[in-house]
Amino acid sequence: MTLLQIEGLGINFGGLAAVDKVSFAAKPGEIVSIIGPNGAGKTTLFNLISGIYTPSCGRVMLSGQDITALPPHRLAALGMSRTFQNLQVFQQMSVLENVMAGCHMGEGNHIFADLLALPATRARTRKSRTTALELLGRVGLADQADQEASALSYGALKRLEIARALATNPRLLLLDEPAAGCNAVETEEIDNLIAQIAEEGIAILLVEHDMKLVMKISNHIVVLDHGKKITEGTPQDVAKDPKVIEAYLGSSAGKEVSNAVG
Amino acid sequence: MNSISTKYATLIAMVAVIVIAPMFFPSSFYYRIGALIFINGLAVMGLVVLIGYAGQVSLGHAGFVGIGAYAAALGPIYLGLPPVLGIVLGALISGSLAWLIGRPILRLRGHYLAVATLGVGILIYMVLNNEAQLTGGPDGMPVQAIGLKEFLKSIGYSVKGSVMWYWLAAIVLLVGAVIGLNLHDSPTGRALRSLHDSEIAARTVGIDVARYKLRAFVISAVYASVAGSQLALMNKFISPDVASFLHSVELVTMTVLGGASVIFGALVGATILTALPQVLTMFEDFEHVLLGLIMMLVMIFMRAGLVPSLIKLIRRLTK
Ligand SMILES: Nc1ncnc2c1ncn2[C@@H]1O[C@H](COP(=O)(O)OP(=O)(O)OP(=O)(O)O)[C@@H](O)[C@H]1O
Ligand SMILES: [Mg+2]
Repeated sequence: MTLLQIEGLGINFGGLAAVDKVSFAAKPGEIVSIIGPNGAGKTTLFNLISGIYTPSCGRVMLSGQDITALPPHRLAALGMSRTFQNLQVFQQMSVLENVMAGCHMGEGNHIFADLLALPATRARTRKSRTTALELLGRVGLADQADQEASALSYGALKRLEIARALATNPRLLLLDEPAAGCNAVETEEIDNLIAQIAEEGIAILLVEHDMKLVMKISNHIVVLDHGKKITEGTPQDVAKDPKVIEAYLGSSAGKEVSNAVG
Repeated sequence: MNSISTKYATLIAMVAVIVIAPMFFPSSFYYRIGALIFINGLAVMGLVVLIGYAGQVSLGHAGFVGIGAYAAALGPIYLGLPPVLGIVLGALISGSLAWLIGRPILRLRGHYLAVATLGVGILIYMVLNNEAQLTGGPDGMPVQAIGLKEFLKSIGYSVKGSVMWYWLAAIVLLVGAVIGLNLHDSPTGRALRSLHDSEIAARTVGIDVARYKLRAFVISAVYASVAGSQLALMNKFISPDVASFLHSVELVTMTVLGGASVIFGALVGATILTALPQVLTMFEDFEHVLLGLIMMLVMIFMRAGLVPSLIKLIRRLTK
């Protein structure tokens, strides 16, 4: 039943073990959150899983298949998609086109038909447009579909990236701080959206600093500090764990962790 | 909807320019300049695909212009091809060569890519220059005429060569524009434009970035090659200078000046750099100074290039 299995994954940056032999697993429909203080290695872990960095040790397994260090476009074809902490939006394309680009794999590979704008090509574009509009509606951006992406607010761009990632039809979705820069209402919306996506059976890895959100929607939490996994478990277990409180000590997030469970 | 109207607006504007311009030509010499603009414009359209859509630079595309030119010149002599098939031969050679060398080269980025493509251009130029027994070397060689003028005469139309080439090059340019515009809003075009903005994000949505960059490179090489063939056939003479580094730089300058992201920019960029020097000759010694100044001002105040900047301005004013 395990969809994603991480086994002893690690990488060094000039002597610094940014991620140090981390292991955990995720099932379909499960929301697994990766938390930890700034610089703990959460984004680096995402980059290892999604094929952007090549790990120096360990394996990534997807449905029992070893997918370690496959290039990102191959991983996308296997059903992995992600968003980025430091936005990676197609700035010169419209909001709609950003999501249509996410439909790429469904559009096939027909260069000559594209050059000649054959009816089949136009049909593919229409289909992608319909899919993209639907997804934009889902993330609450339908009204901005024809705007240039660069005109959106930070929080809206975060949601645009989610829509684009969903357009690839993923089995596994990696979200790196989707609620950053969002106000309370938007955070609530993202929270609902993530829960909905998980309900469809998509496994979600979530990195998020908003502890209230994390504690509320996660099925499972993995805690990183200095690249190492210090503990994992249910939100309740993790919140009570003295090692977690210690890792966050002095930071406001530490208080949030304990307050969130109360 | 929006993109469809962009396509037709561009084509209507181009047809209008092509048809209206001759009404202001004082002599048939201007038809020749017009044809030259359209031929350069075609090569520039290829660079719009490469630079504007895919975000990759090439400082060696005159090399492909050279291949197209010499294919049209040598094909009839050595293979007995009719000159028109020389165009096809050139496109095949240029496309294949771009495909072969594009693989290793397009892994490079930014200025590394610029230098590597520069090398490609120089290499082709050197071959054309040094294979004197084949190409006539630096002195160049004559090119067999396309034969269209004689054909037209035989069916009762006698036109001047320059006039005929004006309309011929215009038609080819329009075909190039249609293809470039089709590409823009196709799945392939979206893939190219997305890798332009973020390669990492393009990869994570499943785009094989290396493969799509290569496609843009091959397409642009074919555009350049067809332009080169036309140039050879129109001039009935060709020398390695068409493949020179200077010509490569000119093509890129036209692309950026007109606005690399839009097909219409190719025509505007080619017009400015081909026609402006002729207009500016009245300033004699200051000709080049003025040309340089204009280019600098456009880049400082309209970084996206003339056409995109003007479109933006008009949109803002009409809102
Ligand atoms: N490409 C890189 N080269 C060198 N060091 C890196 C690189 N990427 C990350 N690091 C280092 O690895 C460590 C982990 O960084 P990472 O971005 O993964 O942290 P994070 O947990 O995502 O932090 P944040 O909560 O601030 O986003 C940091 O010390 C960072 O400086
Ligand atoms: Mg991070």
